[in-house]
Amino acid sequence: MKKLESSLLNMVLVLTGVAVIMGAILAWVNSITSGPIAEQKDKILSEGIKAVMVCNDLTVARVDTVKNTNAKGKELTYIVYQTVDAKEQVLGAAVESTSDGFGGKLRVLVGFNPEGQILGYTLLEHAETPGLGAKADKWFQKGEKGCIIGLNPQEPLTVSKDGGQVDAITASTITSRAFLLAVNNAYLAYKSKPVDAATGATKQQ
Amino acid sequence: MNYISIIKNGIIKDNPTFVLMLGMCPTLATTTSASNGMAMGLATMAVLICTNFVISCIKSITPDKVRIPVFIVVIAAFVTLLQMVIKAYLPDVDKSLGLFIPLIVVNCIILGRAEAFAAKNSPVASLFDGIGIGLGFTMALTLLGIVREILGSGAIFGYAFIPENYNILLFVLAPGAFITLGYLIALVNRMRNE
Repeated sequence: MKKLESSLLNMVLVLTGVAVIMGAILAWVNSITSGPIAEQKDKILSEGIKAVMVCNDLTVARVDTVKNTNAKGKELTYIVYQTVDAKEQVLGAAVESTSDGFGGKLRVLVGFNPEGQILGYTLLEHAETPGLGAKADKWFQKGEKGCIIGLNPQEPLTVSKDGGQVDAITASTITSRAFLLAVNNAYLAYKSKPVDAATGATKQQ
Repeated sequence: MNYISIIKNGIIKDNPTFVLMLGMCPTLATTTSASNGMAMGLATMAVLICTNFVISCIKSITPDKVRIPVFIVVIAAFVTLLQMVIKAYLPDVDKSLGLFIPLIVVNCIILGRAEAFAAKNSPVASLFDGIGIGLGFTMALTLLGIVREILGSGAIFGYAFIPENYNILLFVLAPGAFITLGYLIALVNRMRNE
């Protein structure tokens, strides 16, 4: 078949035609995948909450959004998921917190019991170097070198290099600092909101 | 046209990474581990097969002067499509490669093959060229990822077998990518010449 001539009309028609067809295909695929994408996000979050609260049978009683301004004047948002177990007992809260890691945004979910002790944590999103900072997903867990489970960030947690009690990830001090900052901020955000009164439970000190 | 020889060409004679030296940016950025490299290679291959086929189908109705914009529209559409599918059904791949998937649009392998092959050959031949070049790219990236993962993290496809104290961190970071790539190119070209 002979090639179409490069006249203005042909060029406009072909380019518009291709763009419209491709746009239509994209719209169609988007309508199929937007549901599963939203589901995946919810699933990651709800499984994350269960993991950090160390409880499989829980309900999110209330979701609070806490806004704080950091030292640089940037506004940070924390999402506090107040949770209760099957018997309506207050478990504490899972707090979503963000800080700047080595490679980009570090988004962590930290679980606290009502006393403010760390129950568990998980990384929701990070862009740390694989093999270095990316180890943060295991490093601070129970039984690992930098275990923070059971600690209470009343005194802000810091890495041992800064005089703190937590061992930083080898060769990834920046990631470790960012991670602990996110945890400390999560604690502050959690403590600034009292336990939900609607569930009838009181905060135990 | 012999389709087997087209595939062989893509893997060995015209290997995009080791011979054509195309697509260096994703090659260096995503090969921190073997599985990352392989996933990126497969994603690129999927896009390449689709774009090669479609571009070859529409080559006769595409006026020469607007062929590049038309090709780019097609490529961008397929990459976006792939990104949505990965986000929806492969969340793990999205977690490790999400950032790099949109960059496939500007991967010169794709536009390069559209220009050099798909715009001159039949749709079926173009399809096989996409498979061949895609496989070549995937193999190169996986190989690079394997070497960097063994040296840098002491593991292969995530299974650690070298104690942490003996890992060479450099190979996980950017300079390690350049060093590994240089040695692999030399090695592959030496083997090709024999």
